Amino acid sequence: MSTLVIEGLRASVAGREILTGVDLEVAAGEVHAVMGPNGSGKSTLAHVVAGRGGYDVLDGSVRLDGTELLGMPAWRRAEAGLFLAMQYPTEVPGVSLLDMLTESVCTPEGAAVGEQMRSEASRIGLDEQFLQRPVNVDLSGGERKRNEALQLGVLKPAFAVIDELDSGLDVDALRLVAGRIEEATEHDGLGVLAITHYSRVFAHLRPDSVHVFAGGRIQESGGSELADELEAEGYERWTGAVPQPDSDADATPFTDPFGDPFADLLT
Amino acid sequence: MHSFTTDAARSLPGPGWLAERRAVAAERFAAANPPTSAEEEWRYSAIADFDLAAYQLAGVEEPFPQDGAWAGVDAANGAVAAVLDIADGRIVASRGLDELSKQGVSAGPLVDASDGAEVLGSVADGASDYFTVLNDAFAGCPILVDIPAGVAVEGVIAVRHHAGAAGVATFPRLVVRVGSNGSAKVLDMQRSAGSALVVPVVELDVGQAAWLGYVNLQQHDHRTTQIAAHTARVERDAALVAASVALGGGYARTRTDTRLVGRGASGDLLSAYFGSGDQILDFRTYQDHAAPDTTSNLLYKGAVGDSARSVYTGLIRVRPDARGTNAFQTNRNLKLSEDAWAESVPNLEIENNDVRCSHASAVGPVDPDQVFYLESRGVPTPVAERLIVAGFFDEVIDGLPVRAVEGAAREALALKLNQMLKAAA
Repeated sequence: MSTLVIEGLRASVAGREILTGVDLEVAAGEVHAVMGPNGSGKSTLAHVVAGRGGYDVLDGSVRLDGTELLGMPAWRRAEAGLFLAMQYPTEVPGVSLLDMLTESVCTPEGAAVGEQMRSEASRIGLDEQFLQRPVNVDLSGGERKRNEALQLGVLKPAFAVIDELDSGLDVDALRLVAGRIEEATEHDGLGVLAITHYSRVFAHLRPDSVHVFAGGRIQESGGSELADELEAEGYERWTGAVPQPDSDADATPFTDPFGDPFADLLT
Repeated sequence: MHSFTTDAARSLPGPGWLAERRAVAAERFAAANPPTSAEEEWRYSAIADFDLAAYQLAGVEEPFPQDGAWAGVDAANGAVAAVLDIADGRIVASRGLDELSKQGVSAGPLVDASDGAEVLGSVADGASDYFTVLNDAFAGCPILVDIPAGVAVEGVIAVRHHAGAAGVATFPRLVVRVGSNGSAKVLDMQRSAGSALVVPVVELDVGQAAWLGYVNLQQHDHRTTQIAAHTARVERDAALVAASVALGGGYARTRTDTRLVGRGASGDLLSAYFGSGDQILDFRTYQDHAAPDTTSNLLYKGAVGDSARSVYTGLIRVRPDARGTNAFQTNRNLKLSEDAWAESVPNLEIENNDVRCSHASAVGPVDPDQVFYLESRGVPTPVAERLIVAGFFDEVIDGLPVRAVEGAAREALALKLNQMLKAAA
């Protein structure tokens, strides 16, 4: 049985500590929701776990089935079984989806990647014409999210970190994409760490656990009733009670340098 | 002292008019001052290290590369209608010319054309400089590809130049003339075998309502110095699509002058270049709008790795009576290592108000967000970089007007990239 274990994870950007000690354990087939306000550092958690550059890991560990991921390049983490579905998937001009997936070390030699792509595309309602375009180029926000789910379906990771699945997706698309991920949890034992601001995603991707994330760490964990409470009352109970990661009381909420520059405008 | 004297020019074979033309050029050359990097045209160039005295006129017999060594442009390529092989300024082989001649198309020594004396220099003389004059004086066998008015040539006409051994200077001269309403695709390949000097001059004469696709694939030895001039004149309603893929040379410079002289003329100018090791690749472009309603669109994309350098400087000029001009110029460069260096200097000179012009330039590393995206899908870092750099050139390769060379160009770029990444690993 696979497990993803995050222990005492602390990380900083440009000298500012954003993750202040994250502890979390996700078992195969489980869906864990990490919910937190803007600036709480939850996207940073996704990036640090996936191995994006630009962060300094200060302490802690991230282990997948006992293998330490911290210190590995991102592609080695993918090889170990990790997948990151990004909030804002990057455009990669001139590189085809087929080439990218074929070159992935997660793809078995000689796999019929093109065929799998088409099959996954039909499951999540992504028009086949989009498979011919360079990765994410000229795709709408929603098409990119479907594209992330398609890749997850082809690469079959053990664990997926999914950052704001619902942004850019309309209700119908969200149902298909979340449904595809839930199916992977049931059939393939995919473990999911779903980072989200809103609970609407839970109508289609039911969490086994909900974690409230504020001040760079998990403040409280519980079942889906916690999500209902957040929806009704907001995050104030936690953001008000905990000290901010920066000792300066007037510090503005942290904005992830790799996040979307307009993220604040969307909320 | 160098050996490129008037006497040496006179001793070259050819008819009287050519000998006279060479002698006049040699005299001009003797009187001219060598360029220095203080001149804007030669800023950032490697001209300070250039020593003409290190070279002699071709005379060494070098084996011509085998047919299969020409990046897929060979007898096996059905898209190629005719091939002309030129070694150190002499035609050494040809094929497919008889078939072309049935259409009235010729490809061979310019001196064989009845109006050769008028054709030679008719385009390049408008853009002469120190090195084009040197070519005028010492081009051993100017080549003319001649497409009569109204003739559309279906297949590719390939001219394969090979420059020989160390210390040898060659002066390839290629004139392409497309008569009114004619169309043709010409592939100009440049290779060399050592520390040669190659000074090519290309003249593209695109007649009224004609279409010419021209691709220059430059794969010189890394010890070779190339100083090239590509000149074009595009007449009324005619279209030129001219592309260069520049991969070789120690110092390889190409000056490209495109003059749109007739109303409605257009020029699409493309280049993909890739420098590695300690190569210096140097491009100067000039888009000259001399008639109303003319359009030029330039896209140059380059990558430099190791300690290679590239220079791009471009000028769009819109003359006073060229109203309705559309002129665009884009130069993008990828810097693949700390020690690599790319310079990009776009310029506009506009003398008419009724125009649409734009220019854009950029120099930067491979986008780390793109690399991370691919890595997060399990693509190893060097493979991710290779995919992204190859993809960067796609826009140019997809636009090459000679489709037959597309695969060869892609492969040559990929090979170079792989060698560089392997050496770095």
